[in-house]
Amino acid sequence: MAKKSARDRLSNEVSAGSMADIAFLLLIFFLVTTTIDVDKGILIKLPPWSEEEPDIQKLKDRNVFAVLVNAQNQLLVRNEEAQIKELRERVKEFIVNPQRREDLSEKPTKAIIMLKNDRGTAYETYLKVYNELRAAYNELWDEEAEKLYPGDFEKAERKFEDMPFAYRKAIRDKIPLVISEAEPTAFGEEGAQ
Amino acid sequence: MSKFQKKRGKTTPAISTASLPDIIFMLLFFFMVVTVMRDAELKVTVVVPDATELTKLERKSLVHHVYIGKPTAKFIPVYGTKPTIQLNDKIVREDRIKNDIPLFIEQHKLKVPENQHGRITTSFRVDGKVTMGIVQDVKTQLRKSGQLRVNYSARARAGELK
Repeated sequence: MAKKSARDRLSNEVSAGSMADIAFLLLIFFLVTTTIDVDKGILIKLPPWSEEEPDIQKLKDRNVFAVLVNAQNQLLVRNEEAQIKELRERVKEFIVNPQRREDLSEKPTKAIIMLKNDRGTAYETYLKVYNELRAAYNELWDEEAEKLYPGDFEKAERKFEDMPFAYRKAIRDKIPLVISEAEPTAFGEEGAQ
Repeated sequence: MSKFQKKRGKTTPAISTASLPDIIFMLLFFFMVVTVMRDAELKVTVVVPDATELTKLERKSLVHHVYIGKPTAKFIPVYGTKPTIQLNDKIVREDRIKNDIPLFIEQHKLKVPENQHGRITTSFRVDGKVTMGIVQDVKTQLRKSGQLRVNYSARARAGELK
């Protein structure tokens, strides 16, 4: 038998067997470093700062929905104790006032939600309350969207959010978002912890 | 002899692993694309509260973060155990926020084209147990520096409200 040359004996292919191992190594690295959490949250717009004291407007009592949260995380809604759970429904009823009650808002454009907390209120409670207020508006907008433009957005889960800007603006003009935050009281200022 | 016995006698054919690298590479590319390297080391512990009315924050370059919480174990000797403010990656002492927050916002504005300045968002990542006093102070400073777009970062709530 003829002797094979050295070149013939060497395989002229790069072994791809370890490719998977290398890829695995990289894969595990990226698996570990990945954080897929996108930042989500409640987007708000703060009022601009002004040095002078705001002049106290004469608002009718029936148009103001005052929510107070104290340092013990208890709620006072329109001078009565309340739970966070019932807040959403009460706000919705207050804004729309379907039964034309004397003690609820005259019309949605005149309704004002006032939120006041203490410096000792827990952030968690504050956010829960704010979330409920916002949820009330979102639900009202969704309902209004269905009323004004029925059938257009049946498939969308959140009807209001998927609408074109002009529609959204029309609805927001009917039910404007007014959540006013007063300067907090300082009864329960945090001490040394 | 029956056919069944014949078959059993044979060795099981090996599954071809030739396409394994391709599959792994596919996964690899997926993770490479979705990976976001954590931009700031957290020096305070933050467990954000739950909420339902969430909006996604887009355009990472237009967002800066304010973390408020108790310092992590490593930083307790330096900063104590009281709730502390961290702006992106720096801890700021509470009595210095008057100067540091406007400066911090100006620094961010420098990196953003001018027509986008109105869309810069401050994302609050605040621990649920922190009291509102310190949050309010930061909010006041933001208002004074004209930074009004604010996001309260929260997790999506799964169950019912407690």
